[in-house]
Amino acid sequence: MKEKKEQRTIIQSESINVYYDDKHVLKNVNLDIKEKTVTALIGPSGCGKSTYLRLINRMNDYIPEFHFSGTIVVNGKNIYDDSVEVEELRKDIGMVFQKPNPFPKSIYDNVAYGLKIQGIKNKTVLDEAVESSLKQAALWDEVKDNLKAGGLSLSGGQQQRLCIARALAVQPTILLMDEPTSALDPISSAKIEELIFELKKQYTIIIVTHNMQQATRVSDNTAFFYIGDLIEYGKTDELFMNPIHEQTKKYITGRFG
Amino acid sequence: MIELILKFSAFVSIGTTMGILYVLLSESIPFFREVSLIDFLTDTQWTPLFTNKHFGILPLITGTLTVTLIALLVAVPLGIIIAVFLSEYASPKFRRSIKPILEILAAIPTVVYGFFALMTVTPILQTIIPGLSGFNALSAGIVMGIMIIPMVSSLSEDAMYAVPKSLREASYAMGANKFQTAFKVVIPAAFSGIIVSIILAIARAIGETMIVAIAAGQQPRFTMDPTVPIQTLTAYIVQVSLGDIQHGSLEYKTIYAAGIMLFAITFLLNSISFYLRKKYQEKYI
Repeated sequence: MKEKKEQRTIIQSESINVYYDDKHVLKNVNLDIKEKTVTALIGPSGCGKSTYLRLINRMNDYIPEFHFSGTIVVNGKNIYDDSVEVEELRKDIGMVFQKPNPFPKSIYDNVAYGLKIQGIKNKTVLDEAVESSLKQAALWDEVKDNLKAGGLSLSGGQQQRLCIARALAVQPTILLMDEPTSALDPISSAKIEELIFELKKQYTIIIVTHNMQQATRVSDNTAFFYIGDLIEYGKTDELFMNPIHEQTKKYITGRFG
Repeated sequence: MIELILKFSAFVSIGTTMGILYVLLSESIPFFREVSLIDFLTDTQWTPLFTNKHFGILPLITGTLTVTLIALLVAVPLGIIIAVFLSEYASPKFRRSIKPILEILAAIPTVVYGFFALMTVTPILQTIIPGLSGFNALSAGIVMGIMIIPMVSSLSEDAMYAVPKSLREASYAMGANKFQTAFKVVIPAAFSGIIVSIILAIARAIGETMIVAIAAGQQPRFTMDPTVPIQTLTAYIVQVSLGDIQHGSLEYKTIYAAGIMLFAITFLLNSISFYLRKKYQEKYI
């Protein structure tokens, strides 16, 4: 993870506070993320890491109890500004969920979904997008003869790669992954990790994970959250080798969590 | 002992069904000795109570189909729109309070619907369609459609509500809005449940008796014209059962023939819905 050329900051978060009604789930969090890096968010359950992840594409908006203050600037735009159209924002930010959630449609239609809802009907455009996305998600060779098969007919690991392909098809700049391998077997998980390594050449990836080894394997930077506080944030190897805070040390050495 | 009571209860319902089937068959077999099955299924006149007797079931079937079709044209779009609204747009509180109110529609006695069709809907329709007869399939069909809306909306809404949140989230995260998510993800995912609700609504519409007996007229006609009086299978059975037809006569047996036809149609529809439910049940619903 040596320093490459000067990387642009793509996500700036300043004094973020999130409440679910009275519950203070993120406390004055400041976190900047560089372009084309992999950032791992770690911490025990309920620490606010998933909430932070879902702030970036405003998926928390659907929770009625959700209250937010602070600013998050993505690609130079304050995404909680009133002028921001959430649908537009999300076209630039793909998301992969904990459990593979392909639509009950064919493999092809799953990947083409994002483009179709944008009104793109041109078959050649869709065909090319489906092929290139499935290739990027390392699924093309397994499904290319069977694009009309249902997305749910695939194995769990394949389904998750299908979901990655679906997210990539709209050409986002950022990819959010919420524990993307926690429901998968080790071999499928390893494939997804390899994929993350490939994808960071083109995308900025933020991944929530409970798996310390996974964080060290795939990420450049790691942020450790604990009960709503961002305790420590830095280069992954430094954070795991020489944690500054006692809490971090306890967590990464497995004394709690 | 308890087991015995339970077994007995189960047997009562099966036994009743079997008994009905037996009566229908045993009474209609003599009918088909006198009237050929070919005539029954192809003759376009149904005049068993006249001197010039014809025993073609087709007019009663077209009457039934016309009313059912109109009812579906009302109930399916409205029912699905209501279901989408309740499942995707309404707040949980609103949803909880509006659903029982909607289901009251199903609790109104059908005789009330019948009079509503005859006394209210038909006069209104007559101002729009001048040539509309006082008894017609249109009015009966529309009112029947209103009656079966809760069947479609309630079962469809259950199916849509059961679609996992994760699918909606996936759609929203792709930049889809609520409308796109509802129509491109939720409805397709709930499709089997929606189809089942529609088939059950069809079966209900075909079996519905009171509204058509009151508002659709008593004239078996081989037509799909919704503006003229017609007669459905059920309305015919009512007419004959109430009339002074001699027990055991051929005319009397016609109601069993009509009954077995009705039974065959609803049984077929129930079987289709059962089959679809088994076959297309997505694993997460």
